[in-house]
Amino acid sequence: MKFTRALFLLFLLGIAPPLTLSGQECNLELRGVVRDFHDKSPLAGATLLVLGTEKAVVSDIDGHYSIHGLCPGEYEVEVFHPECQTTLYPIEIQEDKTFDFLLEHHLEELEEVDVIGQAQADQTNSAQEVVLEKVTLEQYSSATIGDALKELNGVSTLTTGANIVKPVIHGLNGSRVLMLNDGVRMQDMEWGDEHAPNVDINAAGSVTVVKGASALRYGGDAIGGVVVMEPQSIRAVDSLFGQTLLSGVLQGRGGTLTSSLTRSFQSGWFVHGQGSYKILGDLEAPDYVLSNTGTRERAGNFKFGRRGFEWGFDASYSYFDTDIAILRASHIGNVDDLIRSINSGQPEVILPFTYTLNAPRQEVTHHIGKVHFYKRFQGVGKWELQYDIQNNRRFEYDIRVGDDRNTPSIDLELTTHTLTSNFRWDAKNSIILNTGVLARYQDNFANPDTGVRRLIPDYQRYDLGAYLTGELRLNPRLTLDGGFRYDLSRVDAQKFYRTSRWEERGYDQEFARFVREDLGTQLLTNPVFTYHNFSVSTGVEYVWNFENSLRVNYTLSQRAPNPSELFSEGLHHSAARIELGDLRIDSETSHKIAASLEGNMDHWGYTLAPYANVIDDFILLEPTGVEFTIRGAFPVWEYRQTNAYLLGLDASGYFEWSRNFRSDLGFSLVKGKDTGQEQALINIPPANLWSRLAFSQEAWHGFEVSLRADWVLRQNEFPPNITVFSPEQQEDVLLEINTPPPGYVLFGLRSRMEFPLGGRSLLTTSFSVNNLFDVRYRDYLNRQRFFADNIGRNITLQLKLNY
Amino acid sequence: MKPIKTIFALMMTGTLFVACSNDDDAPEPVNEEETITTMTVTLVPEGGGNTITLQSRDLDGDGPNAPTITVSGNLAANTSYDGSIVLLNETETPAEDITEEVAEEAEEHQFIFGISGSISAVDYADQDGDGNPVGLLFELSTADAGSGTLTVTLRHEPVKPNDGTLAGAGGETDIAQTFSVTVE
Repeated sequence: MKFTRALFLLFLLGIAPPLTLSGQECNLELRGVVRDFHDKSPLAGATLLVLGTEKAVVSDIDGHYSIHGLCPGEYEVEVFHPECQTTLYPIEIQEDKTFDFLLEHHLEELEEVDVIGQAQADQTNSAQEVVLEKVTLEQYSSATIGDALKELNGVSTLTTGANIVKPVIHGLNGSRVLMLNDGVRMQDMEWGDEHAPNVDINAAGSVTVVKGASALRYGGDAIGGVVVMEPQSIRAVDSLFGQTLLSGVLQGRGGTLTSSLTRSFQSGWFVHGQGSYKILGDLEAPDYVLSNTGTRERAGNFKFGRRGFEWGFDASYSYFDTDIAILRASHIGNVDDLIRSINSGQPEVILPFTYTLNAPRQEVTHHIGKVHFYKRFQGVGKWELQYDIQNNRRFEYDIRVGDDRNTPSIDLELTTHTLTSNFRWDAKNSIILNTGVLARYQDNFANPDTGVRRLIPDYQRYDLGAYLTGELRLNPRLTLDGGFRYDLSRVDAQKFYRTSRWEERGYDQEFARFVREDLGTQLLTNPVFTYHNFSVSTGVEYVWNFENSLRVNYTLSQRAPNPSELFSEGLHHSAARIELGDLRIDSETSHKIAASLEGNMDHWGYTLAPYANVIDDFILLEPTGVEFTIRGAFPVWEYRQTNAYLLGLDASGYFEWSRNFRSDLGFSLVKGKDTGQEQALINIPPANLWSRLAFSQEAWHGFEVSLRADWVLRQNEFPPNITVFSPEQQEDVLLEINTPPPGYVLFGLRSRMEFPLGGRSLLTTSFSVNNLFDVRYRDYLNRQRFFADNIGRNITLQLKLNY
Repeated sequence: MKPIKTIFALMMTGTLFVACSNDDDAPEPVNEEETITTMTVTLVPEGGGNTITLQSRDLDGDGPNAPTITVSGNLAANTSYDGSIVLLNETETPAEDITEEVAEEAEEHQFIFGISGSISAVDYADQDGDGNPVGLLFELSTADAGSGTLTVTLRHEPVKPNDGTLAGAGGETDIAQTFSVTVE
């Protein structure tokens, strides 16, 4: 609209008599061409306003402009174009002058919120991508990032109770899902099933999930997918704004308080701070208190920088600290305790509600420091450089006796330094290239003061990576993309093996060269492994009738084994299982073909997204038998490699019945098969179907209400159970460790309203109920399903104030 | 261009960090403190005769080797034995006596005895500070000749008092071993 307004202004100027009369020689001319900053192409229809003079002109078809009748002096010229960032140029003129104005033609690069299109720039063109907006994330202010991601089709969760939630994308989790937090790849011991991502959901402005490894820029090993958390964008305008969100939650009888404040300046400088605090006590299943399931979470971040057109930088520090109590009844002694728990159907320990967190519990602190710099080069592209440091400290407290009562059983400190550089060449509109390198150093320290043998050893890891990705816009309807990446990883560990284990695994034959010292009952070893991994991605996006699009992508990706897969050895006390890694494990290779057919018509739309992922040397952890100790028998979980495939479909659709009513429907299914052993893969999410009916009426204070039903089917494909000898029963019994629980249906209700408080202040209230009918159920992907039901009805009340 | 300088300065600091922590010092071995490797049950016949010991010994803890179970001889029929239990951690030299730790925290521990066949009864012969049984000392009676089993389970933080069964005691298992014996 600015353009028409300018024309109108021009028209007025044309008929109005000159207003400025001066004794000076005011007949100077400023002329030149308005060009695109990137490809130097001339921009037609750009309006140039000389501020304070009411002189205005429009550039012609070749981008040429000329402004006559200027007096000598200093001026500011505002240049605007419908497709560009409005820019203010200071100009000094003493005689006729030629000056070319350069305009930023790519709005999305400055991450301005584009109201018409989608607010987030795609991470890839051809891969399956889904986005969670701020408004959805806010509903999960008191929950976790994993819970929020579960809203997305094709994303499920692997949980340990309600507080430890790991995202599962297309059936894969852990090291196969890469979490990117404001440009920093999280290094937070994501290898463990009971290690949740150490990120504060309240710090995210939006979350994009790329299902698969095609976003090669972030890493070639994201066989499951990439979760990209981005903070809210800050515009280069003079403003001071903030938000405070208070959530009260019935389950745990607590809540979360989160607040943020941002000061930005027109010059591009900004300062941003945010903090959150969460307190929850014991959660409750419909029939009993889930004793020892409280949480505390403290998080904060501070960031400042300058976002300019030609260059910018930001420096940030973020802190995350969580203390999570783990269901008391899930801490068991041996296989007989496990058999008893599975058979009883009730937790062994039920105590009155408390806010106190007791053992077993975990305490994790994560610090991230980051500096990021970018510079644009005229007619070439944008260069980015980033350094980040992360420190992750994890304590796990088990129930222990005597003086060790308050000593953690696991005490690990993981420090990671990463340096990345990326160059984006976007001088031509039809082709964009990204190329970059990465160097990473990681050090893990396992504190020996725990008095418990290290589950994960001390190690150092070095990574080097390089990539080139590109997209080619053949015509407005057809875009091709592709890329490749190479990663070198070297892991250098120092680990004590029990001599008996070293021999039982056959390592004395194969890896004798790693032995450094023989301490009698144990050996000090120094395993060093180097992995070379290649990833390739290629795809096509085709758009027609402005309504439909088809994306097809093929990605080859390779992932080096993580320390847990290689080195785990010993009794995991809190899980009552012996976990065994394998030094022979090598990289796994995934071939994934995914397609996505999407249509958005006037009142309805759909997405159909099938995929096939064939993984060679897939690394999995599954129960294999028992080992006997003086404490009884323990189930043994071993890592092994096999060939596998995952086939799946994510489908969704919506229909707008009227201006006020809308229905949504979604379905996702994944099947996983171990082709090496001709059996189902473990921990594959069951099929699920959801539907939602929403009503909204803007006139009633932005009133919205929705009812959602989630139907999770029983997982009928699972690996066989194992038979174990029960010392207590003195006979072999079938341990139903893999049998999935029955399916279930849950209902949820949500509503929200907005109240303007004058000025820019806005109060938003929301009310939501989960598990409306207080259904008793257990979830196949909850590791505590052997011990207790999932949580019952939960009610959340939220008050949000924007100012 | 000041920010660039700052960034480079910070990066250099990062490199220093790398340089500092990149040492090849061998890690310290972990001292496993609360491990119980060995349980010895000593049975002394009340009227005189051969003392019998039952032992379970697992030197590699949660390693792949199963505990070695030894029974020194056969029990006599229709006899009462004074029983006692000693727990050791033999991964340390000299071996650490865990029995003392259990005795000190007697309120939080209890041995539960399971019997079958020719062992007719096991009665507790000791008490914790609250007057509840512990089981470091007990009395075992045999019936007529035949075979039998004695299962000794040490429970940590059991419900006390309890009915003497595993289900009634609850808590976590520190030791669970079954000995097969012959009564003659």
